[in-house]
Amino acid sequence: MRILAIETSSEHASIALICNDEITERTLEGHANHSEKLLPSVRELLADSAIGLHQLDGIAFGAGPGAFTGLRLACAAAQGLAMGAGLGVVGVCSLEALSLQGEGDAVLVATDARMGEIYTAAYEMLDGAPALCGAIACIPPQEFELPPHRRGWFGVGSAFLVHRETLAERGGTGLQIGLPYARVRASDIGRLAAVRVAHGAAIQPEHAAPLYVRNKVALTTEERRERGGRA
Amino acid sequence: MGKRVLGIETSCDETGVAVYDTEAGLLAHTVHSQIDLHAAYGGVVPELASRDHIRLLPALVRQTVRAADCRLDQIDAIGYTAGPGLAGALLVGAGFAESLGMSLDVPVLPIHHLEGHLLSPLLSADPPKFPFVALLVSGGHTQLMSVSGVGEYVLLGETLDDAAGEAFDKTAKLMGLGYPGGPQLAALASEGKPGRFKLPRPMLRSGDLDFSFSGLKTAVLNVVNGVGWKADDAADLAADFQEAAVDVLVAKSLAALEASGLSQLVVAGGVGANRRLRAQLDRAAKRKGWRVFYPEPELCTDNGAMIAFAAALRFERGPGGSPGGAVSVRPRWPLADLRPPVEPAGTA
Repeated sequence: MRILAIETSSEHASIALICNDEITERTLEGHANHSEKLLPSVRELLADSAIGLHQLDGIAFGAGPGAFTGLRLACAAAQGLAMGAGLGVVGVCSLEALSLQGEGDAVLVATDARMGEIYTAAYEMLDGAPALCGAIACIPPQEFELPPHRRGWFGVGSAFLVHRETLAERGGTGLQIGLPYARVRASDIGRLAAVRVAHGAAIQPEHAAPLYVRNKVALTTEERRERGGRA
Repeated sequence: MGKRVLGIETSCDETGVAVYDTEAGLLAHTVHSQIDLHAAYGGVVPELASRDHIRLLPALVRQTVRAADCRLDQIDAIGYTAGPGLAGALLVGAGFAESLGMSLDVPVLPIHHLEGHLLSPLLSADPPKFPFVALLVSGGHTQLMSVSGVGEYVLLGETLDDAAGEAFDKTAKLMGLGYPGGPQLAALASEGKPGRFKLPRPMLRSGDLDFSFSGLKTAVLNVVNGVGWKADDAADLAADFQEAAVDVLVAKSLAALEASGLSQLVVAGGVGANRRLRAQLDRAAKRKGWRVFYPEPELCTDNGAMIAFAAALRFERGPGGSPGGAVSVRPRWPLADLRPPVEPAGTA
């Protein structure tokens, strides 16, 4: 199983090549949106591994949630590379990828969504594979709640850095803040994607899409009027 | 068989894809307009534009290549709009095009959006020949250029504030017309009679080839806010506004031809579809024995065909960019910065 994985959902971008059990990961440093280094880095990684795009079984990308422009860069790159090489694509949730860095069998992932909100999702680990409990949400940290059916959640993600006190208070004794500095890794995106490709779950590139979660990004003319603003 | 070039346009609120063959001409082109998406917001929302581009672009590429009766592996080069435009929207097209070029192992050419527009009349059945003067007039641009060849553009004059199309849209908005306002304003103008409101013709006698449209918009605002304004007068006011804008565009275009000693005018960009502008330009040019050229109506707005065509012209004349390089876009990119394609060594 050979998978190329692209992850540019935050300022810490990376790419990875999964060849069965062998994983090579490279980070892209120094660029806010990574657009300049992404493709040359992919070319280099493939060349160093002596693997052509056509020899891959699929292309994975970090679908988000995260920085919108970064999500689209990864998605567009995966789509373009896959369409030309006749490959399938797998979009992997960045929160799910982060959950792989957690400890124990219950991982609560929360990342900073800016604008006073967090992206959050809870995963229970079944044989090492994360299973989403409930839905992925974009909420103010003041509304954060642990899934009520169990305790012992291990917290991962940048929201525990930015909104530490609020989340600690909301989580209480059911939550242990574990890895606030964890970053999404392309190797984890690729690992999760490999399982899906093996199950035939890769999709045509034109059906791949970023996972924005935050879907209200502008006010309509009507809404601006209702709020007393100008048309 | 000619070379087949795939063109991708995502600079604003239209997703355009085309396949152009250097011998057979335009094989297929598809445009998806986002007008309905942005209507509720009263203008283009950049984030929503980017989202719609990535939602549709790969499927449009697949569909357009199929409509051109070819396969992706028969594409010889890819051109995409690298600027000017909305950064996030441009990045979708650039990211996809560069990646597709890398996997197909074909040259990828970043194309200037306005170069696409100003060369688009060359796609028509009766094309102009270099050199000519180009009036680029749209919602984002109002420029007069002297064009002596591909990549040989000299800026003669441009707007100092609003673009002409922007002035149409903003004036329509302050008159309470729907979105997008420009075409609605023009439609309303055709029902009115100009001459009642004595609107200014900004910079008509400035002695240069620059434009200004924000004062004209303000003059309309003053009429609408003034005592005695009746909604019944809207058609006449729209006609007056259109007449003033057209007067200035026509006068400056003729002055540009006069100053450059050229006899062909190429009109490109969305406002180039305005009927009153076309009628007045044709009439004025005819008197002088000059000719005015327009793109086919369907190529007046943003489209992939003009990008595929501009890329094909550059691809034929010089080496294409190598694929899989930096995905870089230029939201601000002066047209006069462009250079002609570099001839391969030994053929110059």
